[in-house]
Amino acid sequence: MTNMADAAPVSAKTQPPRRPPIRGLIAQTEIDLRLFGMLVALGAILLIFNILSGGKFFQPTNMVTLAVQASGVAIIATGMVLVIVSRNIDLSVGSLVGLIAMTYALLMTDWMPNILGIGPDFPFRWAIALGLGIGLGALVGALQGFIIAYVGVPSFIVTLGGLLSIRGVVWYLSSGAAVSGLDPSFQLIGGGAQGSIGGPLTWILGIVGCLAIIALLVNGRRQRRRFDFPVRPVWAEILLGTVGSVVMIGVAAFANANLWPQGLANRIATEQNWGPAPAGGWVIPTGFPNPIILLIGVTIVMTVIATRRRFGRYVYAYGGNPDAADLAGINTRLTILKTYVLMGMLCALAAAIASARLNGATLDVGQSYELYVIAAAVVGGTSFAGGIGTIPGAVIGAFVMQSLAYGLSFMGVNAPGQNVVAGIVLILAVGFDTFNRRRGS
Amino acid sequence: MTVAERTPLVSMRNINVAFGGVHAVEDVTLDLYPGEVVGLVGGNGAGKSTLMRVLSGAHPADEGQILVDDRPVTIRNPRDAKSHKIETIYQTLALADNLDAPGNLFLGREKTTRVGSLDDSAMEAETRRVMGRLNPNFTRFKMPVKSLSGGQRQAVAIARAVYFNARILIMDEPTAALGPAETGQVRNLVRQLKSEGIGIFLISHDIHDVFDLSDRISVMYHGQIVGTVEKGSVTPDEVLGMIIMGKQPGDVTEADKAAIELRG
Repeated sequence: MTNMADAAPVSAKTQPPRRPPIRGLIAQTEIDLRLFGMLVALGAILLIFNILSGGKFFQPTNMVTLAVQASGVAIIATGMVLVIVSRNIDLSVGSLVGLIAMTYALLMTDWMPNILGIGPDFPFRWAIALGLGIGLGALVGALQGFIIAYVGVPSFIVTLGGLLSIRGVVWYLSSGAAVSGLDPSFQLIGGGAQGSIGGPLTWILGIVGCLAIIALLVNGRRQRRRFDFPVRPVWAEILLGTVGSVVMIGVAAFANANLWPQGLANRIATEQNWGPAPAGGWVIPTGFPNPIILLIGVTIVMTVIATRRRFGRYVYAYGGNPDAADLAGINTRLTILKTYVLMGMLCALAAAIASARLNGATLDVGQSYELYVIAAAVVGGTSFAGGIGTIPGAVIGAFVMQSLAYGLSFMGVNAPGQNVVAGIVLILAVGFDTFNRRRGS
Repeated sequence: MTVAERTPLVSMRNINVAFGGVHAVEDVTLDLYPGEVVGLVGGNGAGKSTLMRVLSGAHPADEGQILVDDRPVTIRNPRDAKSHKIETIYQTLALADNLDAPGNLFLGREKTTRVGSLDDSAMEAETRRVMGRLNPNFTRFKMPVKSLSGGQRQAVAIARAVYFNARILIMDEPTAALGPAETGQVRNLVRQLKSEGIGIFLISHDIHDVFDLSDRISVMYHGQIVGTVEKGSVTPDEVLGMIIMGKQPGDVTEADKAAIELRG
């Protein structure tokens, strides 16, 4: 990560720090201020809705539902960051989600049993469907990416064409009809009480998260020591480790405060002979829903790709200066093509969540996703000038937008009203960011 | 210097480049020997930069041959050029503004760990080492290069070329954006690299730079080489005359001189 805060200790050696003490202390922790600011904004939004709703909003059920609703857009937004960073755009993601969702539905209801000879009892049908969907996403992404990178048609045009024509293909696939009846195992991708990982695993995940934070801090420090680079002060390391761990455990505890609905618990208990219900009913924590697990995984993988892999470095270099990337000997065309392949694969994951939640597919699955995804990336700090943007930022951006929509609908504001607010917030966020950047440079 | 018996480091033979109907570079032949600085001068649009872009792989030649160590090589893109140890410092510096100094220095040639991840610590350590030699005051290793001064950016661009053991270095207006102190640093660096046996093509508008640093001077005019002269055998005025009139000093007639006088 190359941000201002990172370099602070280095410059502090050569010039005495004359900034106010609190900002100096924050700088010493080397946290990403932009990301931190977005988290604070997200927290403020949730808090305001909680106050407005008299404390009803901030309940585990609401938060888990909100997170699941945000997951699809957030997953695609991680890919949109790379696309926008490399000075392109992808308007076709919504239609592609629709195409792949319809493909999943048709695969499981029609194509797998009737054409591929994979009957309902075939093991891992959900995984086969998912694999084929991801393959289809990669293929469509590669086609669009090829036309953009190698033929040289502007990405706005290519993906606008994709937006129109792919949605049309969805209609032809199902002759305009909605298709429903997915495999029960596939439906678990969409979350819900049964599509969650449960209490114990959630705790384990929380603890693994803590250990990962500590390991990252220790390893980072050791690396910098090894090369005699300046390191953070010890109090900053301990503070970061503690805050990170508390947040991890807190989120896990919050997810585990979300319980199975009594009706469902009773039904499953009878089906599986758990015995009589205890006094006060079953208390079964749902823990993290599967879409959230998927989102966490995607965020980690995409962050690694963006910051720790050559491909990611080339995407950012191209966004910063396309000519420099070319002259450095980077295969820029292939790099651009790959961003669209990645995008298609992420659309397939989002489509799996969307169709699993619906237990099928309609003609308009993924409608307007492109707008929410682009908004999430941009609110999350991705710049259309290219070269700037982070994966975690885009995920937080998706949560900010979804929190507004969910909170407003919770307060009884209708969809058009939500759109008015979302649009204004988008402009305000980018305006604020532009102002900040201009002042900073 | 008795360059005739030695093998040229690089030899460009009968290079032609055309943009549409315009001959940007026409039948140019040019040699560079180890430890030699060849100054490439000419007016705007004379074809200097285009010729060097051929050698650096940024723009392939339409016709002609390039020999490195007397062996014909094919240079179609910057990667090919780099594989022959030809490095270029562009006039525009060609840095990715949003990346930090190590990111730029190793761009396209990143150091990776065993699992293929970027080894940022190792790259930063190497950058600190090489920058310590070029510009000891440089400390902003984690800042995007956008926030660096012109001299610091130039140091990053030079470090990138030097770090990978260039044998042939192309410097396109290396001092154009620099102040006097930094220009001095670049000149010292050119002398140092020259003493290490590196061959350098120096493109410059500054005739003093060229006279100060070059062994030979090639003058281009309308895409062609007017002549290549030993520095000791000409005066700056004669070279200026070649740049403006596109003729060897001996071929300049009184009429030409009168025309120049008239133009002021």
